[in-house]
Amino acid sequence: MRKGFFFVLPSLTGVILFLLLPFADVVRRSFFDVLGNAFVGLRNYQTVFQNGAFLQAASNTLRFTAVCIPLLVTVSLAAAVLLKEQKGMGSIFKSMYLVPMAIPVASVVLLWKLLFDRSGILNGLFSLEIDWMNSEYAFWVLVFSYLWKNLGYDVILWLAGLAGIAPEIYEAARVDGAGQWRCFFSITLPNLLPSLYTITVLSFLNSFKAFREAYLVAGDYPHQSMYLMQHLFNNWFRELSLDKLAAGAVINAAAILLLVMLLRRAWEKE
Amino acid sequence: MKGKLPMLLLGALAFLCCYPVLFLLTGTLMDNGELREALSPVVQQSGGAVTWRLLPRYPTLQHYLELLLDEPEFFVMFWNTVKLTAAILAGQFLIGTPAAWGLARFCFPLRRLLSVLYIILMMMPFQVRMLSDYLVLDRLHLLDTHAGIILPAVFSTFPVFIMYRFFRAIPEAILESARLDGAGVLQIFFYIGLPLGAGGIVSALVLSFLEYWNLIEQPLTFLKDKSLWPLALYLPNIGAEKAGTAFVSSVFTLAPAVFTFLLGKDYLEQGIAAAAVKE
Repeated sequence: MRKGFFFVLPSLTGVILFLLLPFADVVRRSFFDVLGNAFVGLRNYQTVFQNGAFLQAASNTLRFTAVCIPLLVTVSLAAAVLLKEQKGMGSIFKSMYLVPMAIPVASVVLLWKLLFDRSGILNGLFSLEIDWMNSEYAFWVLVFSYLWKNLGYDVILWLAGLAGIAPEIYEAARVDGAGQWRCFFSITLPNLLPSLYTITVLSFLNSFKAFREAYLVAGDYPHQSMYLMQHLFNNWFRELSLDKLAAGAVINAAAILLLVMLLRRAWEKE
Repeated sequence: MKGKLPMLLLGALAFLCCYPVLFLLTGTLMDNGELREALSPVVQQSGGAVTWRLLPRYPTLQHYLELLLDEPEFFVMFWNTVKLTAAILAGQFLIGTPAAWGLARFCFPLRRLLSVLYIILMMMPFQVRMLSDYLVLDRLHLLDTHAGIILPAVFSTFPVFIMYRFFRAIPEAILESARLDGAGVLQIFFYIGLPLGAGGIVSALVLSFLEYWNLIEQPLTFLKDKSLWPLALYLPNIGAEKAGTAFVSSVFTLAPAVFTFLLGKDYLEQGIAAAAVKE
């Protein structure tokens, strides 16, 4: 059955050539100076961890993740549970939730700009005077756009989880006199726990794409509350600070791996 | 949870999700006067706030004509995006499909390790891959070329993961009976694997299409020459004073994605849900 390996070979060659080898070089470079010649030990890591912009970007990214993911996971679960009960219109709504996924970021930039301008539609509608993109609110604009974009994706994932729960369990519970809420907390939620891991991880991965909105709406230097890791890396790239970039990439990869493994551990305990 | 309230909430949410499409379409149909009037608070800082009508007062196709006749730049960018997306999808199909089949239906040493490796690689966002991509493209002299955007994307492990899930779901009994009838490894792949896994392949390609039609980070980093840029980098640079053009370009960018979405909506749903199935 070794023939299977030959099916994988073209892909694996590309993966090694384009991903693994260069990343190994990045790890090596993270311990060398900017020209890649002199070994400097952990100095690049030290520089990065003392870099104000890095700390800002890291804390924004963490804050963004900590706010967005619980919000998205709960809202989409609520929508999925309600949607499952609907006949007819339900499947149309489900498709409509997916539309934002298909809308290219570049196409909505225009709407975002007109919506969140100081004299934009939103302020006009509610007679507000908020400068959305140039204040702390910029962070929340980004949160909103992430939720808007990913709601449908998570609803589909939850619905897949919900479809896996046997209807007999609900029937039995109803015969025993359990109400709707009781059913939700005692049957639906515990049975959805396995889906929670996948949904959290996928939502986390999608959260990195929020940079696109941030970049297209606000450019290279957005308000500091929406300054993300990718902004910082772009700046380092432009300055050709390859040493910092190498250390930063390794730190990011390690953090993502660690988080995914922690989630997996927590999930397998269930 | 009975009654009209949930329906109303769900409906409102659905409207919110789709409103941007309506907004863009409305904008393309407004004449210059109406656009100028509506957008003047933002464009000319004339005080007050932008008010937006749900439907245009005097619908016109003038901006569509203007874009078709006066903006050759737009078509260069549009063509760039088509070229990049088509090449990436073709590559992912050619390279990814056999890889997914190999990982899903064979036992060979390191198979498990490879599966885990592919999943880990799938999770790494561009910010992690940026420098390594740069190093490899620099060495291969592919910076500032379309090939430099296409090649790394072709070897993305995400489509492999999606197709893997679908190939796994094909019952072993079917393959077994084909083997008994004397079908070879390749025959089984082409005549059983591909047709039965077609749903998974289409799902992966629909997801990839939506992703790469929208590509921003890679071209932004690796393409200095603006004539190579995809649409996504061009659109935000149209000034608000050319609002009509901006609206129509946005709609043209949107159209292929929405079209793919409408055609492949069921596959898209299956592709998303494939990740949620526990093995």
